[in-house]
Amino acid sequence: MLRTFSLVITLLMSVFSASAFSDEFDSLINQLPHKKLRNITPVLTQIAEQDNDQVRFVLTEILNGDLYYLKSNKQVVSIRKQASGDYTITPVLGGDAVADQSKSAMKKIRTSNSIRSHIRGLLAQIDLSHKQTHVRLNAVKQILDDPSAESIELLKQRLAVEKDSDVTELINTAIAVNQLKEGDSQAKLAAVADLKGSLEPSVRNAMVEQLNGLNEYKLNELSETDKALKAALTKSIDSIKQKRSIYEFVENLFFGLSLGSVLLLAAIGLAITFGVMGVINMAHGEMIMLGAYTTYVIQQMFPQWIDYSLFIAIPAAFIVSGTVGILIERGVIRFLKGRPLETLLATFGISLILQQLVRSVFSPLNRTVAAPEWMSGSWQINPIFSITYNRLYIVIFALAVFFALLAFMKRSSLGLHVRAVAQNREMARALSVRSDRVDAITFGLGSGIAGIAGVVLSQLTNVGPNLGQSYIIDSFLVVVFGGVGNLWGTLVAAMSLGALNKFLEPLTGSVLATIIVLVGLVLFIQKRPKGLFPQKGRAAE
Amino acid sequence: MIPDSIQSLFSNKAFKTLGSLPVVVGCLFIATLYVSICNLAFPADSALHVSTYTVTLFGKYLCYALLALAVDLVWGYCGILSLGHGAFFALGGYAMGMYLMRQIGDRGVYGNPELPDFMVFLNWDSLPWYWAGSDSFIWMILMVLAGPGLLAYIFGSMAFRSRVSGVYLSIMTQAVTYALMLAFFRNEMGFGGNNGLTDFKDILGFSLQSDTTRVALFALTALFLALGFAVCHFIVNSKMGRVVTAIRDSENRVRFIGYKPEHYKVWIFVVSAMLAGIAGAMYVPQVGIINPGEFSPLNSIEMVVWVAIGGRGSLYGAIIGALVVSYAKTRFTAIMPEAWLYALGGLFVLVTLLLPKGIAGFVPALIEKLSHSKQTKSVSNKTTSEVK
Repeated sequence: MLRTFSLVITLLMSVFSASAFSDEFDSLINQLPHKKLRNITPVLTQIAEQDNDQVRFVLTEILNGDLYYLKSNKQVVSIRKQASGDYTITPVLGGDAVADQSKSAMKKIRTSNSIRSHIRGLLAQIDLSHKQTHVRLNAVKQILDDPSAESIELLKQRLAVEKDSDVTELINTAIAVNQLKEGDSQAKLAAVADLKGSLEPSVRNAMVEQLNGLNEYKLNELSETDKALKAALTKSIDSIKQKRSIYEFVENLFFGLSLGSVLLLAAIGLAITFGVMGVINMAHGEMIMLGAYTTYVIQQMFPQWIDYSLFIAIPAAFIVSGTVGILIERGVIRFLKGRPLETLLATFGISLILQQLVRSVFSPLNRTVAAPEWMSGSWQINPIFSITYNRLYIVIFALAVFFALLAFMKRSSLGLHVRAVAQNREMARALSVRSDRVDAITFGLGSGIAGIAGVVLSQLTNVGPNLGQSYIIDSFLVVVFGGVGNLWGTLVAAMSLGALNKFLEPLTGSVLATIIVLVGLVLFIQKRPKGLFPQKGRAAE
Repeated sequence: MIPDSIQSLFSNKAFKTLGSLPVVVGCLFIATLYVSICNLAFPADSALHVSTYTVTLFGKYLCYALLALAVDLVWGYCGILSLGHGAFFALGGYAMGMYLMRQIGDRGVYGNPELPDFMVFLNWDSLPWYWAGSDSFIWMILMVLAGPGLLAYIFGSMAFRSRVSGVYLSIMTQAVTYALMLAFFRNEMGFGGNNGLTDFKDILGFSLQSDTTRVALFALTALFLALGFAVCHFIVNSKMGRVVTAIRDSENRVRFIGYKPEHYKVWIFVVSAMLAGIAGAMYVPQVGIINPGEFSPLNSIEMVVWVAIGGRGSLYGAIIGALVVSYAKTRFTAIMPEAWLYALGGLFVLVTLLLPKGIAGFVPALIEKLSHSKQTKSVSNKTTSEVK
């Protein structure tokens, strides 16, 4: 009985104290309009000490000069400018936002330079003791980039209680950088030793700065410690440089692979229609474009599910482009069998019609397709090397599509029929393969995969009527470079062309890199007309 | 089954007929004379007057016709589907454009007597080496022929020697013109980048704005077209032309007989490129601008459509195709601009599906069919040979 009673009391107490806390926050906020510049600082410090979610918001608003109070009732509000020129105000202590307010009814909560720097310190402190690790990390990083005596002091205090190893390490780096800048020669030497292996840009900047300072003196003017310091600095900077160049290489390679994946997706459909069926489809680029527009339409239809619309868009784009592909095959291409140049012209005509159709339906302007939440952001591997998630997903997705297609061609009975018709149409027909049906399905499959490529491209660039046209020449070259009728060749060709392009780009600029790759390919085809991996045996002509 | 063209390699009675040559040249001469007189002799308010705008438009069409002739020579007679003839056309145009640019002299916006405006704008202090001699008319004529010719020779001798043919060749020619387009878009190339070469003032001292110069340019284009037609006609009917046609029908058989197909192919490709270059050179002073857009793959493919519609393997067919399609384009883009691409795309599909020999193949066949139904005795004397 007594126990129950004490429990109730404790509960009541806790509720009461919680409300007391929030009362204190409210009263502090309500004090703000009454304070003068010279005595606002203690109030702010007290606000910062409150355990309330809004503390950070209030302080940032003051820092940005967006915190006002209404002249009529001294209510504290944060304001946002509207497009019309009026302001939307939101009461800080709960209440609905009110739009279309004139600024004349409000007064700003004034600050000065010293108050603002005080607020920055408070914010750093709040962030440094934040519950979530990444907020703490960011706070330390900010101090590392722009240190001050007070903030370093804060870091030292935090170091005593910090448990997370990443944060501890970064704090140590920041302190060491400060030591490198401010300390005496001995301390600097120790700091250089501590900072060995750190890739933070500010570490390198600090080191270069120190080295430049030392270089102003002649060697014999330096003390022994300074000489050692100079040697240590040179060595560290060199090692950082080396590491950076390695990571730069890896980064270029990754960019190359991601460009290669886009090429792969664009070309793999062509590798089937051109490589396996021997049909030139100049409207292939437009199949890509249709896929991209399908993504756009689906996003317009389900604006509330942007995060998941890609999963609907991929099959939808496959179906749309695949259907159009089958229609083209049934309507035009099958009448032009064995006349490749005519097929080329007719499909080019179709591509013009499709482009103009899209222009008439969606307007010639480019459309933007929103990226889902989970594809944005990047994976920070270390301070100078990060991989954006969308490129990473595209590489994985392209490879998945490739292997799925490979499995289809090699394992399924339909794939077997496709290969049989490609190798010897007459014999396949004699063995009761319905070659007409296989043709239509193959063409639909190639076009459908182009549609999927369009979904991916819509995540990288704007969607416009000319989207496909810019990929058609590249796709053909990839297929020809890899060797016609060879899916593995297409993979290797796409990836190596992508990487080559990205490695040339920093040296020559992107346009010249494209030109060099194009000319190189044209020369390569002169030398080996059948591509990297030519077909052997009976399949070769 | 031995193709006709190969049989004719062995026939010693090589018939040297003039064929359609006098008709085409005659038509051209009469049309040119008519348009020129109507423009110059009648006042602007007369019903018979042909405006200078129209004269220039016709001049442009004739340039296209010459270009179509060049495409037909390689595609219709040698089976090389070049999707890069726009590159030769544009190179010829740039050679002419460079000359016209230098003729501006100090009348440009910046008034620099030596450098064209865009170079002054880019802070260049001297002409790049490849602009040397560009102020000479003779040098310009040389470059109009040598630029496209050299490109065609280098590309052709490499591609044909390694026996790249068919669709591969088409895609490669397209890649080349695409790469050239990207290159000419760069300001560093020294050809005016995005804007190209424009603001021309005069040619050989005659103002490009005056009616007489315009009519003269038009007449000159007609003359070049007639000459080009005569040259193509002569080539096609020469023994060499027969080998070329045989290569189109069956390259391997020609090789086995003992000819070297690649030599003939390179040769015909170079001649065709030079014709295209001349067309480009005549185009630029009449239109008044040359920019990298002329290199775009779409342009090159449009040229192929002219020939396909007119009828490949028939020289006058190419001319008719270029004139008809260009005229249709002018009308369409004026009346309903959106419909033009539908019409062009539809033409591609319909012509390849229904009219594989184009107008030049369709109309005679129709006439023959009509006469066939009248008289039972047929006069089967088809001159148009089977196109693979």
